[in-house]
Amino acid sequence: MPSNPVDIYVNELISSHGISVEAARSRASALYALDLDMPVWRQYISYLGNLIQGNMGQSIRSPGVRVSTIIRARLPWTLFTVGSGLIISTILGIVLGTISAFKRDKWYEPIITGSASIISAIPDFLIGIFLIIFFGIITWFGMDRPLLPIQSMRGTHTMGLSIDDGFTYIRDIFAHGMFPIITYVLAQIGMWVLLMKGSTTSTLKKEYVKLAEARGLSNTKIMSKYVARNAFLPIATEFAMRMGFILGGSLIIEQLFVYEGLGLELLNAVHGRDYPVMQGILLIITACIVFSNLFAELIYGALDPRTRRGE
Amino acid sequence: MESTQYLFKKFKVGLKAMLSDKIGVLGISILLIIILLSAISPYIFPLQSRADPTQIFQPPSGENWLGTDHMGRDIWPQIANGGRGLLLLAFITASISVMIGIFLGTAAPLIGGKFDEILLFFADVWLTIPRFPLLVVLSGFFNLTSYVLALVLAILSWAGLFRSIRAEVLSLKEREYVEAAKMLDLSMIHVIFKEITPNMMPFIIMNFTLMMRHAIYAQVGLFFLGLLPLEVNWGVMLNIAWAQGAIYHPDALWFILAPAIAISLLILSLVWINRSLENLFNPVLRTDHDD
Repeated sequence: MPSNPVDIYVNELISSHGISVEAARSRASALYALDLDMPVWRQYISYLGNLIQGNMGQSIRSPGVRVSTIIRARLPWTLFTVGSGLIISTILGIVLGTISAFKRDKWYEPIITGSASIISAIPDFLIGIFLIIFFGIITWFGMDRPLLPIQSMRGTHTMGLSIDDGFTYIRDIFAHGMFPIITYVLAQIGMWVLLMKGSTTSTLKKEYVKLAEARGLSNTKIMSKYVARNAFLPIATEFAMRMGFILGGSLIIEQLFVYEGLGLELLNAVHGRDYPVMQGILLIITACIVFSNLFAELIYGALDPRTRRGE
Repeated sequence: MESTQYLFKKFKVGLKAMLSDKIGVLGISILLIIILLSAISPYIFPLQSRADPTQIFQPPSGENWLGTDHMGRDIWPQIANGGRGLLLLAFITASISVMIGIFLGTAAPLIGGKFDEILLFFADVWLTIPRFPLLVVLSGFFNLTSYVLALVLAILSWAGLFRSIRAEVLSLKEREYVEAAKMLDLSMIHVIFKEITPNMMPFIIMNFTLMMRHAIYAQVGLFFLGLLPLEVNWGVMLNIAWAQGAIYHPDALWFILAPAIAISLLILSLVWINRSLENLFNPVLRTDHDD
């Protein structure tokens, strides 16, 4: 069982490059920005010290490249796809959930709820695989090729294009991000529909809504003033919580679509035993969760005055 | 003896109610079929280990029900045998984590005070750990065998279970029969396992299926990423099909679709069972037939 990444790296250097112990150790210490002669706890303190200054050490696979540089290059792509997926699925889920809560006697209500519960159960990466098969592999009857050229849609953008290309570039990143985004949307929408339907239905049964109806208030007014605000509470908290998992949830999907975001970088780092990069990315993912938990509490306090204390 | 009879009666009533729920019946049937297949297939559908280059990526036929893979082996026996490992591991994971959850989740509110506060704080911190990314990183450091993986998965997910069981116990704690048991000076172990646990059995079973679902997701994900040792199961099949580029051969469609559908069915069956249990034991949550 390997215990210490630095030791492993030093051993690897010695055995594969045939260099001396001192040389290997000095190389390792330069990479991690650590002084290996200090006791471990002092090393940890100095790692934290470096961390505060934004220095997470250097990558092993590509020596000389700082971990923070790698993260800065990958982070926007993951934020873009997972973020769009989260926002689109939430909006669609709220709309569909509200419709199915209000039209519980219509024929299409069981279809919405039924598909929502099925789709929310299927793992996201299987949804991705099904999408690839449906759009990119099967040649449907009467066509001479699959619906979409899936192979050329891999990656984050077409080589050579940059932000200076303006509209072409924007269209290109959306074309490349389309499959991951649709996968995230489908993977989450069922949960939003069920959550919104459940919370709206239970709010509609509350006495203050009945009273508002009895007072003869208009439906729009009941919906906006009495139902929406309360039905929205669980949605808002869930949204804030999900924001935290925005970075961590993208691992398999990015591998599936060869989308060079943070998740794919973490996987590559694991395969290449690039410990500083693994450490850095895991840290960013955790930080993201901690901050959105805080955000969730703030939102809850703002929306539900009952949870505020000391007032 | 009387209590066993009573439990049996309760079980029968529960089963009857559950059978009246179509989704629940569907879920149970699928799960039973998968369990049955896992049990009998080593004898009826033995794995074919010999490669046959003339039979690569054959479409489904009378002989090969689901076609053949990249080495010309029949896919059906791989599907029939591929659920066993996943199910077993999910079962072990769920058992360990539910045990931890019950023990800590009941002990904390009963002991109360600092112990409860500290555990709750730990659980809150624990919940911020990104589970799947951490598993991926861990599998880079260690060689995660099935049983180690089950243990790691169970430990990683104790916090959520602890919190929900603790909340349930907090509401049960004030009931008269618990008060009575305490006044009779019965031991903590007695109160936990004889008084409280039986009364939240439905809740525990629901959490059990939920845990199994998480365990299957995590396992299949790790297998798909190729981070776990190879064996015959649906996740590995998915990984091999993917790595072999099976997805770009229209002929190999079955090779990748078969495990994907099998995994979906397994998880769907667990979700459906969970939902029908929820309808059964928490009629308040029923949203379909109310008013």
